[in-house]
Amino acid sequence: MTNNPIVRYLLQAVNLALFMWLIASFSSGPTVRQLEEGMAVVTLAFGHAGQPVRDCHVRTPEELAALAPNMRAPLDCPRERSTLHIELYMDGKLVHDLTAPPPGAFKDQGVDIYENVTVPVGHHTFTVRMKDNDQSDEFIYSNDYTVSLTAAQLLFIDFSQQENGFIFN
Amino acid sequence: MKSSANPIKRGYLYLEEWFNLSFGEKWNPLYHLGSLTFFFFWIALVSGLYLYIFFNTTVSHAHESLEIIMNEHPLGIGILMRGLHRYASDAAICTIILHIFREFSQDRYRGTRWYSWFTGIPTLWMVVMFGITGYWMVWDELALYVSMSASHLLDALPIFSDSMARNFLPGNLSDRFSTLLAFMHLLGQPMFIVFMMWFHVRRLSNVEITAPKGLAIGVLIALCVLSIFVPATSHAPVDLGKVPAELQIDWFYLNIFPLLQYWSPGQIWLLVGGITIFMMFMPWLPKKNEGAVAVVDLDHCNGCAQCITDCPFDAISLQPRTDGAKWENEVIVNPELCSACGICTGSCPSSNPFRKVTEDGGGLKTGIDMPDLTLDKFKQQTDEALAKLTGDTKIMAFGCKNGYDIEAFSAPNVGTVHLFCTGMMPASLAEYALKNGADGVAISGCRHGDCFYRFGNHWMELRIHGDRKPALRSRVDKDRIRILGGAETDGKKLHKDFKAFHESIAVKKTTPSATSTREVSHD
Repeated sequence: MTNNPIVRYLLQAVNLALFMWLIASFSSGPTVRQLEEGMAVVTLAFGHAGQPVRDCHVRTPEELAALAPNMRAPLDCPRERSTLHIELYMDGKLVHDLTAPPPGAFKDQGVDIYENVTVPVGHHTFTVRMKDNDQSDEFIYSNDYTVSLTAAQLLFIDFSQQENGFIFN
Repeated sequence: MKSSANPIKRGYLYLEEWFNLSFGEKWNPLYHLGSLTFFFFWIALVSGLYLYIFFNTTVSHAHESLEIIMNEHPLGIGILMRGLHRYASDAAICTIILHIFREFSQDRYRGTRWYSWFTGIPTLWMVVMFGITGYWMVWDELALYVSMSASHLLDALPIFSDSMARNFLPGNLSDRFSTLLAFMHLLGQPMFIVFMMWFHVRRLSNVEITAPKGLAIGVLIALCVLSIFVPATSHAPVDLGKVPAELQIDWFYLNIFPLLQYWSPGQIWLLVGGITIFMMFMPWLPKKNEGAVAVVDLDHCNGCAQCITDCPFDAISLQPRTDGAKWENEVIVNPELCSACGICTGSCPSSNPFRKVTEDGGGLKTGIDMPDLTLDKFKQQTDEALAKLTGDTKIMAFGCKNGYDIEAFSAPNVGTVHLFCTGMMPASLAEYALKNGADGVAISGCRHGDCFYRFGNHWMELRIHGDRKPALRSRVDKDRIRILGGAETDGKKLHKDFKAFHESIAVKKTTPSATSTREVSHD
């Protein structure tokens, strides 16, 4: 340690100032940019379970008799759900597509979708469609929405089976 | 003198030396990183309590209430408190990281010290999570970024049945989550961190949780100045219809989140989990062999408990006497905790080289001894070194294995004996060396204020100065004993100090009337 108290206190002040500079520098910087200028975000976020992979089968009397008495349910329904296929179009052009298989050991759970798609600002027509049945090639759910997106605007697309389709927020 | 230390250790030692230059050994922040972290925690706690009194935890009013605290509280107290809250929290991360680096570079994380290291790594993550919930509560654009990023990470784990991230989209937000956050940040997390800190130091004795007053005042003033001149501010209030495009994030706490722009949550968990597990198991990569643990010899132990007081790792305890001797207690060593430093040998009043050797030929005995270097053995080494000394001014140097290698002092008139730690050396050994041919005794351990075994050089110094038991007898001329302290990188300074000491002893010899050591009688 230096013997001169003035030098000592000065050095201490310098060290503490450097420490504070370090804290101030990283406490609110460097800046993170998560969206480029002139861009907006379309967020597809919803939960949905696909249709069962096949229809329920009505058990015949012979099949029921072959089962244990406590297992004799008249219908044999599969647990496994269909994979979801989702497509997002902007002004008629496909900008995002997604295939989401059902999670779970028996593939019997609902799928949670959360997808961000960055798009340029401006007047756009979005179309979202979804297929949730492996037995059909038809995209049952399909909705359009026209909007003027401003910079950093978030267009949130939800889904509700009760409302029979996609909801644009 | 060329240093044998590895580059990481050398780098740390130079940093420590720089702080010693300005703060001295007593206030060197690197010697008080643990207690400074505690200090920052207390600052954050007190300032946090102030903020909480006026803070509205609901998502609709959180941002607004903080703006009122910042702009309307008299004398800028709100600005000061918020600044202290944020910057003390950031400073705590700095001291924790430095603490980890220090213990790693000095190889103080393996062996019996695995426990503190192992419990310290998850504690760091607890502190980081504490900070994350703090930023979340403000409910500004940064909070939205934090909530979305943290939710994406949590959604990748099989914890929640529904997506957590969806809670922060337009129309889905409620106050229930902010209430949970407030509970976590204000009560759950601080209590858990205090518990983790207690857990972290559980296997240490004489734990320093209070930073030196001068250093604490200096740091507090610096934090106050920073808080006033660079106020901690919020981002704009949350607009769920907008994506915060540009953010000034706190890199001390939120450094993981920007990675989400490039990596999937699974990859980030793999990185974080991998680093955490690797760091937690570092003490066994490879395992450190610390040598044979201390052994108690009940025939020479009266259960005085001085070794318990001195043991830096809480490895010794008392139990009722088992050998039928007249003493009430005996000491017992927990081999899981003993780091084989030998400090207990130095603290045992029976460790006295003037004692008669046992008649059974077992040599010099003491109450607690180190099998790899017994008291008898290093007394013999001292005798041999003393016998070889030639020249006018004879110096006997004792050094530890973790500080500067005293072999570099070796000369025909300088004898050397190596110990595990200078705390292992009974103070009476210095007197013994002086009585048996040495004109001076040099004791070289780790840097003052720092000791590989926490307290070894400090205890030894106190014993030599008569301030700690078993103390060096007051009649011994202390001018003939010099305590040096230095690391591998301090060769130049140590040689200079040693040379000065050598010369002072030579001068003393030429003027014996002024400084002669009084003869000491021994039973």
